[in-house]
Order: sequence, then C-alpha cells, then structure tokens
Amino acid sequence: MTEQRIFMNEDAILNIIDGMARMLKERLAKNGIEDPAMIGIHTGGAWVAEQLHQRLGLSQPLGLLDINFYRDDFTKSGVNPLVKPSTIDFDIENQHVILVDDVLQTGRTIRAAMNEIFDFGRPKSILLATLIERNGRQLPIEPSIVGLQPPLEKDEHIRLEGPSPLTLTVNKSKKRRTEKPTN
Amino acid sequence: MNISIIGGRVIDPASNTDATLNLHIKDETLIAMGDAPNGFSADQTIDAAGKIVCPGLVDMAAHLREPGHTAKGTLASETLAAAKGGITTLICTPDTEPCIDSPADIEFIHRMARKLCQARVLTAAAMTQGLEGKQLASMATLRNSGCVAVSNARRPLANTLVERRALEYASTFGMTVFLHPEDRHLKAGGCAHEGAVATRLGLPGIPSAAETVAVARDLALAEHTGARIHFCTLSAGTSARMISEAKKAKLAVSADVAAHQLHLTEQDIDGFDAQCHLEPPLRTLQDRDFLRRAVADGTIAAICSDHQPHEPDAKEAPFPESQPGLSGLETLLALTLRLVDEGVMPLSDALARITCGPADLLNLPYGRLAEGLPADICIFDPEAHWTLASESMLSAGKNSPFLGWEFKGKVTHTVFNGHLVYQAD
Amino acid sequence: MASQTQNIQLNDDGSLRHFLTIEGLNKNILTQILDTAESFAVLPGRPIKKVPALRGRIITNLFFENSTRTRTTFELAAKRLSADVLNFNISTSATSKGETLLDTLRNLEAMHSEMFVVRHNASGAAHFIAEHAAPGISVINAGDGRHAHPTQAMLDMFTIRKHKGDFTPLRVAIVGDILHSRVARSQILALNTLGVTEVRVVGPRTLIPTDARALGVHVYHDLEEGLRDVDVVIMLRLQKERMDGALLPSEEEYFQLYGLTNDRLACAKPDAIVMHPGPINRGVEIDSEVADGPRSVILEQVSYGIGVRMAIMSMCMQKHPSAGDES
Repeated sequence: MTEQRIFMNEDAILNIIDGMARMLKERLAKNGIEDPAMIGIHTGGAWVAEQLHQRLGLSQPLGLLDINFYRDDFTKSGVNPLVKPSTIDFDIENQHVILVDDVLQTGRTIRAAMNEIFDFGRPKSILLATLIERNGRQLPIEPSIVGLQPPLEKDEHIRLEGPSPLTLTVNKSKKRRTEKPTN
Repeated sequence: MNISIIGGRVIDPASNTDATLNLHIKDETLIAMGDAPNGFSADQTIDAAGKIVCPGLVDMAAHLREPGHTAKGTLASETLAAAKGGITTLICTPDTEPCIDSPADIEFIHRMARKLCQARVLTAAAMTQGLEGKQLASMATLRNSGCVAVSNARRPLANTLVERRALEYASTFGMTVFLHPEDRHLKAGGCAHEGAVATRLGLPGIPSAAETVAVARDLALAEHTGARIHFCTLSAGTSARMISEAKKAKLAVSADVAAHQLHLTEQDIDGFDAQCHLEPPLRTLQDRDFLRRAVADGTIAAICSDHQPHEPDAKEAPFPESQPGLSGLETLLALTLRLVDEGVMPLSDALARITCGPADLLNLPYGRLAEGLPADICIFDPEAHWTLASESMLSAGKNSPFLGWEFKGKVTHTVFNGHLVYQAD
Repeated sequence: MASQTQNIQLNDDGSLRHFLTIEGLNKNILTQILDTAESFAVLPGRPIKKVPALRGRIITNLFFENSTRTRTTFELAAKRLSADVLNFNISTSATSKGETLLDTLRNLEAMHSEMFVVRHNASGAAHFIAEHAAPGISVINAGDGRHAHPTQAMLDMFTIRKHKGDFTPLRVAIVGDILHSRVARSQILALNTLGVTEVRVVGPRTLIPTDARALGVHVYHDLEEGLRDVDVVIMLRLQKERMDGALLPSEEEYFQLYGLTNDRLACAKPDAIVMHPGPINRGVEIDSEVADGPRSVILEQVSYGIGVRMAIMSMCMQKHPSAGDES
C-alpha cells in the first residue's frame, strides 16, 4: 500500500537549515529584534530548532513544546504514546519568539502550538520558521521563514526522521494515518 | 390414562435394577415392570429405546419463592422447571413471605401444587416462629399438616440453647431437623470463600471455619440430644470428614450438597461474576474434590439443586450487593451425570444421590421404581448434547453460572404421578 | 476469566478504555501512564495551569462513598484537562430506596457524560459499572471496597520513580492494614508489574489477608525485619473502627509494634523514602518526626496525584481513530 522513498539526506538538510539561519538573521535585523527565544515543536521541529539555535547563538535556552494536549483532534486520535513534557525555561511574557516546526501543511499544529505558548504568557511577537512548507493549508497560517517548498502530490506525505542522521522521507499511500496527522 | 414406556434401559438404584424393561402405568400408579398385565392397553406409548428410564428425581432443597417473592418465581413456574429437569418431588424451604410456620402455610403450598400437578411439593417447615430463631414453631402441628422436616433455612438461631431445645423437641416427634451450618459471627458479612481469589478481589471472605465450627457444634448437640439431623448444602471438605466420623460413631446424621458445589470453585467468581455469588460460597478445588469423594462414598447421600431463582435485578449489582443463589432445577440431572463422565462415581450411584438417596433420608416412598408405587419417572437421552440458554429455561429465574455450558444427557420425558408433565420438543 | 478483566479495560487496539484495576495491564501501559503524567506534572509551574485536551467533554464524579479529598483531586484533574465536571454524591441509602445502580447510571448517561469516576464501598462496583456502560463511556475506579484504588497506586509509582528511577532493584515494604486496603492491593500489583525485586507486607495476622502470598508478596509480622534493607516504606492508614472488631487491642499497642519511628526507619536503606496514601494518623501508624522528616515524600504524593489522574483520564478518553482523519 505504501511506497517510501528518501527525499533528502542529512547533508542537504543541514544546508537548507544554514540558509534558514541566514534568512532568520536578516529578518531579525530588519525587524529590530534582539535576543529572541526559540521554541521547537516536538519531535521533528525540535531537531530543526536545535540546529537553528546553535547557528543563531541564542542566549535563552531552547524551549520544547509537546502540543498533544492542545490538538483539536485530541479525543479522536488520542495521546501519542511518546508524549513529552513541554519545557520552556524562560519567561514568555514580552518575549520575541521564533517557533520552529519541521513540516507546515494544514496549520493545525501551529494553531495548537500558539495556544500553548499563550498559556505560558503573552509573547511580544512570534516568527514561524519551518523546514518544509507544502500545500494543504486548512487554517490561515503563513510561515515567516521557509527552508524548502517541494512539489508533492496530494497523497504524498513528507516527514522528517532523526535525530541522527536527519532524513526527509516521502510516503505515498492511498489512505494512511500518519503518526502525526496535524502537520 | 394408561402409559407404557417401551424399550428403555431402566435404572433403579433402590432395587439395583439396570435392565431393558417396559414400564406400564395405570392412572397414577406404576403397575408393572416387564410384560404388560393381562388386559392392559396403553393410551399412550413412549418409545424409550436408547434412553435411560429412572425414578423421577427428588430434590432436597428448592426455594420456590411463593408466597411472597413471586417476582423471583412461582409454584407454577418452578414446578414446570422441575418437570423439565426430571424432578418429580421437591422439598421447598420455609423462607417464603410469610414463612412456612403454620398449618395454613403448608396447606396453601400443598393445595397449589396439587392443582398445578407438575411436581410433588413437600415442605420443610419453620423450626422457629417466623424463622426468627427465638421461639420454637409448633412442630407437632406442622408435622400433622404434612411437613417432612423442620428447618430454619439460612436464618440464624439466637443461641445454642435454642438449638438444643429445637433438636430435643423435634426428636420428641421423630422429626428430622435440617441444619444449614454457618456461624454468623465468623461469616462476618462475607460474600465469598476466604481464600486466594477473595483476597485478590478484595471481597470480604467467609472462612471455611464458619461452616465447620457450626458442623462441630451441631454434631455435639445431635449427640447430646439424640436428634436426627440433616446438614444442607455443605461447602467445606472438612465438614464432610467430620460427618463421616460422626456416622461411624452411629450418630443419626446425614448431609447433602448442592450440585454446583461439585463443579465450581472460588476461581469461578473471578471477574466479579455475580452469578457465582452463592451461599455457602464456592470454595477451593480441594474442597470440591473432597465433597466429590464424600458423595461417591455415600457420606453425602443426596445431591440437591439448592434452587434459588431471582429476578434479573437481584444479580444486576456489584458482586457483594447482588443476591446469592442460582436457578438450579434444570441443571440438577445434567450436573450429576457430569460426575459420571468425569469418573467420580458410577451412573447407578450418581442417580441414587438424586432419587432414592434423598427419599430414604426422609423415609419417603419416592425416588424408586416398584410396582404399586406412584408413577414418578424420568426418561433421559444419555447421549444428547445441549447448551443451557436463558431463553430455554422454564424457571422464572434465569440466574445460572452454567449459562452457555454444554451438557450431555437431556430429559426427554417426565412422568409425575402417572401424568406426562414434560416432553422435550 | 482473568482475561475478561483485562479485555474490559482495553480497546481492541490495546489502548486504555477503562481504568479499573492494575490487574491485566502490562508494564508498557503503566509506563506510558507515568510518562504522560510527566507532561502534566509541569503544569503547576505555568501561569495557565490547564490544557484544552478535553474541552467540551463531560466527566462525572460518581461517589457512593464520601471522600472530599479524592473527589477534589479528580475534579481538579478533569478541570485542568478543560472538561466540564458533574459531581454526584449518592448515599447508598438513596439507591436502596428502589433506584438501582443501573438506573442511576442510565440517568447520567442521558446527560451525555463520557466518563464516570466511581467510588463505591462494594468491591467490584467499578467493574460492574464498566460492564454496563454504553459504548464510548469510560469508567475510572476511584476506589471500590477493598478491591482496588489504581489511580492512587499509580501516583505512588510516579513518586517512587521520581526518587528511585528504576523499579527493578527496589524492595518495598507496605505496612499496616493490608486486609482492608484497596490501596495496598493496587500497589502490590503495580510494583510487581513494574518489576521490583520484592514486595513485603508487614502487620499482625489479623490485618494480613488469608493467602496473602498469592498476591505476590512476602509476609512479615515483625516491623524491623520487614524494613530491613528496603528502598521504599509505604505506611497504610489504620482506620479507627478497626479497634472495634477485635482486630487489634489498642492504638497504643499498634504503634508500639508497627508505628514507624526514626529508630525503626534506620533498619531500612539510608536513602529509603517514606510514603503514606493519607490522611495520616500521627502517633498511630507513623510518628510525626518521620511524617514531617526528610525521608517523607507524603506531600509530594499529594501534589503528583493530579498529573497522574490527568494522564489516566486523557488516555482513557482517547477514542478509536476515525477513518478519514487527515493531516
């Protein structure tokens, strides 16, 4: 039922992340943002965020969000067995935040993530950086920084596997529930 | 009405008969075993080829619920169930509402049963007034009204002095006293055998000692008073051992056991199965095996149904809050035959425990096949397999832990007092 | 029949539907509960202490036995999951006036409640309700008779894991009234499922159930022997009414023999922790010095209770994944 192909390997992914880091620096400078904090969305977003966090040399510790309990389909899909605590070891209040995810598709994950962030406090601004942006948006959410916009068929699912090595794979299926349905 | 039962394997444990014989019934009486008497012509002939023809079963303990608890069962529904189970004589317990402690109560039941004409209902009348355990019931009057024994059902007696007096008074008139051995203090609100399963499920336990302490006390009082006592529905192996020893010492003591106690154990309550909430409780495998041996060697001379039909609500509750008891008339024969299949005892002995065994304990002329006796006959197909389903039960109470069990040996005809009261489809 | 106990708690895919007893649940599920609880344990540190997971869902606390403490923790857990909470305290005398337990259940189902948190004084009551609950309704056992109190046991496991990490090498002593304790039964099952080295129960024979060994424990009647080299000491509450039924002569003698003092605690490992499901009877089963001492984690247990119950509630409220649920 499912064909899987490797879409991109680690070297290429890290190259893209280098590019994202450059774009982010430019954007921060342009917006006059100093000392932003970064939050990665569990699991793939966190891997991308770790790379970006290093490259930007941010002073605040990297935050991690597990948005399982904020998902709009929680009682349909249930708890992901690998649920992790969200850890944000800095004060969100009045903080510029860079939110990082691996794949932006429907926009539902980002909606959930922003809700969760607001439960920690009122950030001054949020920038959204995503490794992959693809078609299929269901909510009016647009990324600030995009690594790659690959052409994908509707029945193709792209996902980031890691943490080491990072690999992007594409699954083609008739009807398959992915492990993380709200990209 | 004249009936001939032709070609069956006739087993009558009372007379050690096991032979292919024809039986001939004229009106209410079995008039011939073998050839038909001269001039006899049958209105109805039952072909019993391949079947076993035995005396109608005698059940020592059945709660028939009427009067008072007719939502659970009525004399009509329960005697019909008895007929389906091959049972032609039932001894009903006195714990109806009102209880059976006056001649009028006995007469009501006997009259109703005669009218229904589905089974013979005999009564164990109350030993104390209102079954309250304090004041003796009018036992002599009750005996004259036709009760076959006195009993306090499972209600406690106030103290050992009342028990002593009751045994003495009953023995004055040669009456058998039915005792349900249970020390209520040791029972202490328990609802399951105090053992590994109840411990795991957190169910308040009833120790075996709740029964054996009472058996020891009752045996001591029986010895002291010389009364004729009968222990009902034993559950503990140790009780059987004590009774065996008492019999060796020539005490006038006997005992029965409920058929389900010979098959189920404490393991069956796992999952909080309220159908297995029984009094006395299901005990260990060792107890079950000890009771089986005691039934096989005759220490326990009768197997009863301890029939306790309930309305569905009575069991639709958490285990400790459900009402104890099972509907057992329709499985008495099958559970007894299962003992034969499992090698516990030979067929003739097994049938004795549900026919002449209980009848002899009370000197009743039933549970046997002999010319001149009332024609109470059970015909069953020993090879027929069937499954107990609530839809096919005739008892008003569908409460049985054996629902879904497959049995071998099925009643095809029941003749009570010369009437064909049940015939399988 | 034991498999029936297992099946009733689990969906076809092996996920939790009801939480009635630890029996029949495997190590993976227990570990998943503890892991999920970690995500909730961080909530008290946030300005907004709740998550929207169960927004719009109705959870009913169905308490046939009074317990404000337990009910409150379940209520708070439900509210932190953003569920709406109904509280019913039903005295058993009211149900004995004709309305059966099933009648009560049907009435509450008609209010579209999707989860019942049940406390009842009869062992097996939660099983009974789960067996009769409509499809799509989950039942959580908040204590049934002497049978089980599995959420309490899981918060105890959470506390133990916080302090000890790995369960495998642990020796645990449970001291006191094992006979009447649903908490102890659930703790024993959970500890053995999580693979501890040894579970001991300590108490006089009147408070140790018949065939206790069948529970998977070693039985001790001497406290100091029972505490020797243990990593965790769990003290059980001694109900005052136990003095009535000839189970024990007096509180004084009980404390003398089984009360946990610092001297006695010295028999356990130097880093042993002391737990108690609460509320504690100072000077009966535990000395104040121990209860308030550095080894006591009694108050931690209370604070972990909410996160662990949130984990169990959220795991039970997951439904079968619906087809066509697309990313």
